[in-house]
Amino acid sequence: MGFFLETLFGGLMAGMLYSLIALGFVLIYKASGVFNFAQGAMVLFAALAMARFAEWIPKWLGFDNLIVANLLAFVAAMALMIALAWAIERLCLSKLVNQEGITLLMATLGISYFLDGLGQTMFGNDIYSINVGMPKDPAMILENMFEGGLLLSKEDLIAAIIAAALVALLALFFQKTATGRALRAVADDHQAAQSIGIPLNRIWVIVWSVAGFAALVAGIIWGSKLGVQFSLSLVALKALPVVILGGLTSVPGAILGGLIIGVGEKLSEIYLGPFFGGGIEIWFAYVLALAFLLVRPQGLFGEKIIDRV
Amino acid sequence: MLYRENGQFKASYAADQQIFPILQDRVAIGALLAIAFIVLPLFGSEYLFRAILIPFLILALAALGLNILVGYCGQISLGTGAFMAVGAYGAYNFLVRIDGMPLIGAMLLGGLSATVIGVLFGIPSLRIKGLYLAMATLAAQFFTDWAFLRISWFTNNSSSGSVSVAGLNVFGLPIESPVAKYLFCLVVVCVFALMAKNLTRSAIGRQWMAIRDMDVAAAVIGIRPMYAKLSAFAVSSFIVGVAGALWAFIHLGAWEPAAFSIDRSFQLLFMVIIGGLGSIMGAFFGAAFIIVLPILLDQIPQWFGIPLSTATTSHLVHMIFGALIVFFLIVEPHGLAKLWSIGKQKLRLWPFPH
Repeated sequence: MGFFLETLFGGLMAGMLYSLIALGFVLIYKASGVFNFAQGAMVLFAALAMARFAEWIPKWLGFDNLIVANLLAFVAAMALMIALAWAIERLCLSKLVNQEGITLLMATLGISYFLDGLGQTMFGNDIYSINVGMPKDPAMILENMFEGGLLLSKEDLIAAIIAAALVALLALFFQKTATGRALRAVADDHQAAQSIGIPLNRIWVIVWSVAGFAALVAGIIWGSKLGVQFSLSLVALKALPVVILGGLTSVPGAILGGLIIGVGEKLSEIYLGPFFGGGIEIWFAYVLALAFLLVRPQGLFGEKIIDRV
Repeated sequence: MLYRENGQFKASYAADQQIFPILQDRVAIGALLAIAFIVLPLFGSEYLFRAILIPFLILALAALGLNILVGYCGQISLGTGAFMAVGAYGAYNFLVRIDGMPLIGAMLLGGLSATVIGVLFGIPSLRIKGLYLAMATLAAQFFTDWAFLRISWFTNNSSSGSVSVAGLNVFGLPIESPVAKYLFCLVVVCVFALMAKNLTRSAIGRQWMAIRDMDVAAAVIGIRPMYAKLSAFAVSSFIVGVAGALWAFIHLGAWEPAAFSIDRSFQLLFMVIIGGLGSIMGAFFGAAFIIVLPILLDQIPQWFGIPLSTATTSHLVHMIFGALIVFFLIVEPHGLAKLWSIGKQKLRLWPFPH
């Protein structure tokens, strides 16, 4: 029982981390109908920027304080992500308005190639670390209930809390602010939104910046966990089943999808893995998502797809 | 002036329905085939065959298969690498486990195993559409990656996980030298391209296109979506499977599952989209673009004598490649095939456009 709960918690926390990345996909798809394959590259780019700025800024300014350095690096990396959002909108998306979904998907794949190259040219291609003071030692809880207690990774716990906070923040932003309302309007209907005076271009810059912010947070958390290296951009592939499971247009779907996938992956690896020879984590998530889709083709919380002739 | 159809009258249905109705086109394609079959084998260097022509032909074949699914039937697939892998490992197992299995037989059987898997993973397409389907096909990709890595039966229990074939021959002719390999690929590609072209002009091809343009409307006018979609999956994955077998047997010789990873799937999708969705010619354009461009980009700094480390070069190639893809999508979202047909249209009126 204790072991099962431990796996369950581990899965839930890993799931929160997946949903953090999935969130970036959902944000952009909601507001512009673009399935942004470059999200993984954005996570890598943001993490590289964060890691390198935290290293360079103290050298440039000549001080030695981890917290200040991290804060400044965060601001610098965020500024870079906003500039990137602006450039993507200006140079790419605004030229591809009204194209089909698959063309836009391919364009984001092109962007992801570009970002992979750019990030590693600008920031180098070694393995870097991000040190934002995450506790590395595990914690024991509920020692009086189970023999030996439950082993929990503090790092994962903090990451999950940050992810939850970020989601709450984004939900507030979407529901309560004027910009959030404009974003939702654009998501519902581009033309109608335009006709009542919502500037599409600015909305897209905003939403890509917000996705950049989500990528930065995800990059910092994943980067401090795994180290900042090229494989970080592949984490996005693990977030894809989360997105389709939860529904491409739903923020809560991204969260719940993340939790389901996280738990499903961990439990399957431990309880089904031995029968298949291990390593089933990577495809199990996709098969799980596929099974869900067969029942609900629009994902858990996606908008119902209505076929019209 | 040179490219006119004036005076070329079609007196029979057969003449009207031929693939290249204009004489100049037939001459051009004949010349192209003559160059490919006669001139290149005589004068091409080994590097040209190994690094450019053979990969180009095989990936063009795979892109052709994918184009039937994505371009003609409108079902986006990100699992092409998986179907290539099934074709390659299927053909390998047929070749190794059955005595006296000829190469072509093994390849076709490999294609058939890819067909089975393709139809299996195509079944969700009856219910799932668009991007959701694209993600669902990733399940095929990751599942086969895992299966060929972990289930040792597929790799004939080889200890390293990599398998190899040697001593290939067709009707007693050895396929060892680059020229022989090239000619073999060329014949296969020509046959399949002709078949695919005729298939897309036939009733089934029109059904695919109707499904692509609007599946509900197609169903209303009496096209069976299940039959049309699954047949597109079957034909597409058969061709992709044969291409996978070629890629493994002829190009690589020895391979492991990583040769058919998700990167391959993306690469093929790039070819189809850059080349032009719904165009047989486009598959060839796309393959040429995607194969030749990185090689060229790799060479350019050397020509100008700019000293760059290999890592920097590879990153720069990534950047330029990505930027060019975006650029092409902006300039012509319908791909190189569309540019080609615009060019032909202009040429018909040249030099007196009015």
